Amino acid sequence: MTSSAVPFAALTLVLGGFLLPGLRGGARAAAVLALPLLALYFIWALPEGAGAAVQFLDYELHPVRADRLGRLFATIFAIMAFGGGLFALNQKSAVELTAAFVYAGSAIGAALAGDLVTLFIFWEIMAIGSTLVIWSAGTDLAYRASLRYLMIHLGGGVLLMAGIAGQVALTGSIAFDRMDLSLWPQWLILAGFLVNAGGPPLSAWIPDAYPEASFSGTVFLSAFTTKTAVYVLLRGFAGSEILIVLGLIMVFYGIVYAILENDMRRILAYSIVNQVGFMVTGAGIGTELAVNGAAAHAFTHIIYKALLLMSAGSVLYVTGKRKCTDLGGLFQSMPLTTVCGIIGALSISAFPLTSGFVSKSMVSQAAADQHLMLVWLLLAAASAGVFLHAGIKFPWFVFFQKDSGMRPKDPPLNMRLAMVLFSVLCIGIGVFPGPLYALLPHPVDFVPYTGEHVISQLQLLLFSGLAFFVMLDKYLQRTLTITLDFDWFYRRLGRCAAILAANGVFAAWDAFLRRLRGVGGGAWTTLYRHHGPHGWLARTWPTGSMVLWVAVLLVSYLVFYYY
Amino acid sequence: MAEKPWLTRPENVRLLWRGFIAVLAVTVLLQLAIPIHGHFGIDGTFGFFAWYGFVACAVMILGSKLVGVFLKRKDTYYDE
Repeated sequence: MTSSAVPFAALTLVLGGFLLPGLRGGARAAAVLALPLLALYFIWALPEGAGAAVQFLDYELHPVRADRLGRLFATIFAIMAFGGGLFALNQKSAVELTAAFVYAGSAIGAALAGDLVTLFIFWEIMAIGSTLVIWSAGTDLAYRASLRYLMIHLGGGVLLMAGIAGQVALTGSIAFDRMDLSLWPQWLILAGFLVNAGGPPLSAWIPDAYPEASFSGTVFLSAFTTKTAVYVLLRGFAGSEILIVLGLIMVFYGIVYAILENDMRRILAYSIVNQVGFMVTGAGIGTELAVNGAAAHAFTHIIYKALLLMSAGSVLYVTGKRKCTDLGGLFQSMPLTTVCGIIGALSISAFPLTSGFVSKSMVSQAAADQHLMLVWLLLAAASAGVFLHAGIKFPWFVFFQKDSGMRPKDPPLNMRLAMVLFSVLCIGIGVFPGPLYALLPHPVDFVPYTGEHVISQLQLLLFSGLAFFVMLDKYLQRTLTITLDFDWFYRRLGRCAAILAANGVFAAWDAFLRRLRGVGGGAWTTLYRHHGPHGWLARTWPTGSMVLWVAVLLVSYLVFYYY
Repeated sequence: MAEKPWLTRPENVRLLWRGFIAVLAVTVLLQLAIPIHGHFGIDGTFGFFAWYGFVACAVMILGSKLVGVFLKRKDTYYDE
């Protein structure tokens, strides 16, 4: 039984997604909910270790390898596809759910990939699937954002491909195992991974692209690309110290930009970079506890970030508004969305009794165990900053603050159910961390709920809340602004340079033609008569005459051949 | 105009502030009952996480303000 599950673990969602456009009503809803559960079943039916090998060119591919780390990520990806699918049941776009399932399925495929070539293939399918999720929002802004997004990810894919090719050329192996950065291609592979993680300096693609997707599309997008990157970093580069530095930069980048941001979903997008920063730092520390912590944090993060984006998506769905300056006071008419949003906000802030607490504290503890005092202090400051920019700021400006006068109702039943489900998971994992700890890659010898942990975390968070409300009126009022980021180089500077260069080329061409006229005289006039815009030789000919001339050529060829 | 909801009436906001400050005091005072040992020394001192959390947030808010001075633009910046 078990070995027959091998091909289906990844393919259930990738192929199943294509069934959805053909289904209607109840059948479609049933398929949306059943496919992720089926994928989950296959993930757990896989035998431990590398599956059957497939011969490809000179290499032996292992399309599926199930171990604890890969299975953990595949599991949360399948759960996410289920929750996201439930939330998106009333999404009218036929493309979005198909794209989202292909995207989710390829993320599962990447998490179970047993070699670099298989990983790369799923990596690229993910890029295409996620681009289509953004694109299916159907707005002009979304279309342009999706192209910028695709450009970044194809660029990252080129880095990864070059790295894999170099790795294979130098070592002769396509195995995907721990790399120690002693070979130059491994740096390219690391760079390719970091592009998808939202690492510096290319973090801007996350807040640029994700918030342009539909109310349900952003929920899917938040989960897979960055967390697959965390997975490959944990498998390939755990213990590489450079990741500690990069992770900490991401953590504070996310906080600073989120504090300045006005669009509720862009706030949450910046906080993805912030949270992935914690995981990348954990990967950099690289001890068993740190790897466990980063993996557990990826697991809990997917749930509470999806929950936060579901509550933001619900607000967008019923009000059509996304800027903090337009929102406020919604708690009065959207009680369920408010409560679920707050549960997500408390979880991301790692409040005791929520999922974030039992995962993030492992990363901090790992830093302390390695006596990395500066890293530990920065992580503690960042934990306070998370409460500031996501934990309070998001619910405060969306559901409370001033009264916007809007009194929309909570969203439709399927969206409410999805939020309740993920809220229950956030609290459930926070109260009973045992089952999650049992899934982690290394044995867990960590007790989250000690008096010390709880009191120190409560002090940190509540005084961070005090700072928010003390400084709210003077320093935190929302303005109709964006904050320039690295994407300025390709959205503004690059564009200006391209326009200038194009103008330069045109000017030079004109000057060249003028000189030609001066020199050539009569020859120019003749040339212009035949090849100019109305010239006989420059005319566009119909395909028919093309076919005729080809026939003439063939006939003359035959004639010459025989005589 | 219906009555304002409980949460937004001024007298209740004052009440909430008092409650919040009381909770803050309790979380710090609890440290007397359950000592925090810490790993580095400084984190075992009384009220460390309280003042560190507050100061860290203040620094991050002011730091963001400073970044904003240079990098903030109208949100129609890329639409032109």
